[in-house]
Order: sequence, then C-alpha cells, then structure tokens
Amino acid sequence: MNNDTLIPYIGVVTDIRQDTPDVKTFRVVSTEGGKVFEHMPGQCAMLSIPGVGEAMFSITSSPTNKEFMEFSIKKCGCLTTWLHAMDVGQQITIRGPYGNAFPVETELKGKDLLFIAGGIGLAPLRSVINYVRANRSNYGDVQIIYGSRSKDDLVDYKEIIDEWMNDDGIEVDLTIDNPQEGWNGHVGFVPNYVKELNPSINKTVLICGPPIMIKFTLAGLKELGFKETQVYTTMELRMKCGVGKCGRCNIGNKYVCKDGPVFRFDQLGELPDEY
Amino acid sequence: MLKISLDKLDKLFEAITASKTLYIPVDREDGAAEYRKYKSGMKLSNALNTVRSAKDFFFPQTENLVDFKMDGKNIEVIDIRKESEDFVIFGVRACDARSFTILDKVFLAEPVDSYYKNRREHGTVVTMACTRPAETCFCGTFGIDATSPEGDAACYSDGENLFIEAHNEKGQKFIDSISALLEDGDTAKLEETRSKTREILKKLPLANLSTDSFGGDKLNEYFNSDKWGELSESCLGCGTCTFVCPTCQCYDIKDFNTGHGIKRFRCWDSCMYSDFTKMAHGNPRLTQLERFRQRFMHKLVYFPANNNGEFGCVGCGRCLSKCPISMNIVKVMKALEVK
Repeated sequence: MNNDTLIPYIGVVTDIRQDTPDVKTFRVVSTEGGKVFEHMPGQCAMLSIPGVGEAMFSITSSPTNKEFMEFSIKKCGCLTTWLHAMDVGQQITIRGPYGNAFPVETELKGKDLLFIAGGIGLAPLRSVINYVRANRSNYGDVQIIYGSRSKDDLVDYKEIIDEWMNDDGIEVDLTIDNPQEGWNGHVGFVPNYVKELNPSINKTVLICGPPIMIKFTLAGLKELGFKETQVYTTMELRMKCGVGKCGRCNIGNKYVCKDGPVFRFDQLGELPDEY
Repeated sequence: MLKISLDKLDKLFEAITASKTLYIPVDREDGAAEYRKYKSGMKLSNALNTVRSAKDFFFPQTENLVDFKMDGKNIEVIDIRKESEDFVIFGVRACDARSFTILDKVFLAEPVDSYYKNRREHGTVVTMACTRPAETCFCGTFGIDATSPEGDAACYSDGENLFIEAHNEKGQKFIDSISALLEDGDTAKLEETRSKTREILKKLPLANLSTDSFGGDKLNEYFNSDKWGELSESCLGCGTCTFVCPTCQCYDIKDFNTGHGIKRFRCWDSCMYSDFTKMAHGNPRLTQLERFRQRFMHKLVYFPANNNGEFGCVGCGRCLSKCPISMNIVKVMKALEVK
C-alpha cells in the first residue's frame, strides 16, 4: 500500500531555545539526521505527540538551511504546553509539508520587499527572510518592521540583532507596545509605526501577526498608496488533515491547508469574511 | 437482459457469499432498514432505503488510522493498514450510488486517501432501481435517475424477476461469478414498471426543485444573504443531518491511549458542532448561523465551485425525515433561490 500522508514520520528534537516567556523554538531532524522533508518558505507541517494532540505549525526555518527544520511555537493549548515542557532528545511525529508557499521564486523575485510582523507572526516570515538573505541577489531592498508587546516578546531577537541588522541592504525597524527600561528603540503599535516609516509604495509586502494588527496595518498601507495585489499574508485556521479533506479550514471554497496558507489580499478579498 | 426470479434471491446471495462478503439491506427489529453482513436466511428489505447511508462501507464512522508505541522519549509508528477483503454491497439506491462518486472527488483527489481507496477498490457496488420513491425524494434535482442507478452493476425489479446489468469491468466480474443462476429474460414488463416509476417521480412533491439558482459563481451573494438568520434560528446543532448524509465527509482525528499504546482514530465530525473550528486564538464560526451556513454553502456553492458544478447533495431525503426541527436543504434552497 502506498504511503499515506496521514501516517507521520518521526522527528527528533535536537535543540530547544527559549525565545520569549511564551515562545520556544524547536529544532527538528529525522532519526537518521538531516531534514525530515524539504519545504518552501511559508509551508507548514503537522506536529504531534501521540496521545496529546496534533496541530499545524509554520516551518520557521528557511529551506536553504540543509541541516534541520525549526518551529517557533507559542504556548497556548494542550499540545503546545506539552511541547514547551519536553526536553531535548524527545521524539515527535511530523508530516507535511502542507500548503502553498510565498512566491519567492516567481512574483517576489527582483522585488523590493517589506516584511511586517507582530509577535509570533514573525515565525512564518522568518523562513522567507532567511531564504531571501541566502539568495540575496535575486531580490531588491529588504525592510523588516517587527513589533511585539515588549522587548522580551520579540521572537528571534538575537538573530535579528546579530545577523539581520548586520546585512547590507536590510533595514530592520523594531517597535514595542509600551516603554520599557533598557529599550531605546521605537515605542508604539505596528500599524502606526508603518505609517510613520512611510515605506516606498514600490515594495511588495509580506505581513503576518494578530488579525487586529493585520487589519489596521492593511488599512494604513492602503492610505499610503499600496494596492491589495502587492500585499501577501499567511492564514491560520483549525486543521486536522492538512490536505483539504477533513473540511474545517475552508474560507469559502478555499482550504487554508491546501490552497493557502499564503494568500494575496486581493484573492482574500474575493472570499467570504469568515476567518 | 439477464435475470433471476425474485423467489431465488436466497440462491443468488448464497452464490455471492461463496467468493465475497455480502452486505444487504435488511429490516431491523424496529422495522427500519440497515445494511448487514449476509447470513443464510436473511431477507432483502423492501424499504425504500436504509436509515443510515451506505458511506460507512468506504468511509466508516470510526476507523483506526495508525498506532504508536511510546517508550521514554522515543516513538514508534505502527502502520496498521491491511488490504481490505473483497465485498459486495447489494441493493444500493441511485442516490447513495451517486454519493460514492462525490466522496471519490474528495478522498481520491491528490493526495489519495489510501484507507478509502483500499475499500473502494475491493468493494463492488450493486445498485437497485427504485420502484416506490417517497415524498422526501428529490434525486432528480441533481440529475439522478432513480430508475437507472449507477454502480458497478445495477438491478431492476419488475415484481417477479430481478434483471441485472454490468456498468463496468468490476460489475461484469460480479455477474460472471453468479452467471450460473442467471438466464436471459424479456424486459417488456420491466420497461412498464420503469415507466410507471418515472411517472411517480414526476409527480413527487419535490419534483420541481431546481438547482438553477445555485453553483460556484454565487459565493458572496449567498454567503451574505439575510436569510441565514431565520433559517438557522431553530437549529439545535445536533449534527443528525451530517451523520445521515451520504455525502458529508468532514472528519476529526483523535488519539486514544489504550494503556498499551496510542491508537489514532479518524471519526465522522460535523460542521454543525460548536467546537469544529475552535482553536487557540478563537473561533471563526462563533454562532449556529455561521455553522449552519457553512453546511449548506458547502453543498450548494463551495463544492460545485471546486468540482465542475457538481453539487454535494444527492436528494436522498434522509435529512428531511430525520431533522428534529424539520429544517433541511430543500427549505434552504427554496428560501435562497432566485425566481
């Protein structure tokens, strides 16, 4: 009998990094070492601890990383609480990759890119950012606007400071919601910061964060003159199968697991407002 | 056409069971019909259809997908799939036969569901033309002819004889396996029976129900209709409609710890349930209105949008007779349709 996508592979957790008080990044390899499967930036995988639960997570590492996959996971439910409590060496089950990807090899190629993220919303965009950094000559200027509740809630802070900010042609603009001791950077919400920074409207935008942040940021971008066809986002809905059959992650006739999770805002606009 | 006398059905069933497991609709103690594994002496039900649809044969209500053994930090994945046995489902009605081709579009689409495909490949569907359609029937609305059911092979009764014809290779193999019992028969009386049935079908109360107003191009128009509030107002969210529906295919995946390991199960789920789409950051379908709308939008708009206009309903009428508040797809279609 052929392999069935519902039967998972085994992954081994080889590193756990505490990113923020409620976000950990898990490094996963196959039992033989190396990646369990290849993916493109924006795609997701189903992770599970049998007996605890199975859920969909975006793959935060870039496919240009040939050694391992990473998942940045916020503690917010049954499975994620279990994952946060486990130790290095724990095996998990993994299946995928699922969904489409950001069009890094087509529509995004040669473009100036503006990444806008809020909180854990950086996780799926980090895959694209590091893919772009690894294929730097294929893309124009890169600007990253990233905000969180506090300095401590900025995911991948070390990588942002040590690597992204040192790259040529990458501008990183960080912001936190409220003033905090030891923070000399910008304070304020992401949507307002985007408007203040007034990015060039030639840029192609990739945005991910809490729904409320996306809503106000998109409105702000439109005020600045951006069109919906320039803006991509990635969606999250409840999923069980990951392949468009279990019937719960649809928005209209589109399944987020299969037709998404990446949508362009003009495409999303044609679908019913139920997400 | 080949035929067998109706009083020799026992012999027919015995001949089938010689090589394959056979399921036939039989009358339950309470009078309702259900599919049962054939044993000598069982009588074919005369009921118009079974209470539950026939989808269980290919998409069972509960099934074990995979097992896990947990040992410290290690996990072992155990593929428990087995080749299905060969089986025959006898007496499937035209509506339920069509539901299989609708389910095929979901489960056999890439990536193919191997659990479904395995059973589909090993199952032979022998259908039975209707002679006494009921007032809840509206298969004709979806282009189904109750007097010419699909399936691998089809049977037609004229009251005395059962006529059998094959629709494909699998059906022909089935007929070959029972050919010793069959003889050529005159279909004159059968044609009379079928035209009488067609007359009844034309006179059914739902005979004029039309799908003209529906389809994939009406997405936002129907989604935003102001009728959903009134239509869904009394819905209890019990999910009965989805469980008796031959085309409802939404499922859940859940693990069970047996004490000796973990069994992962797939079971039917219902978009009518409040926790169906509930997740850590909230629920996009908060009230019964959204959940009710989802079910009917899926059958009348989303499914056709993704499947060349084919609707996700076969007009079997089960939801009409089983809904505790008498709400159903026909009322929804009538309320939404553009005259």
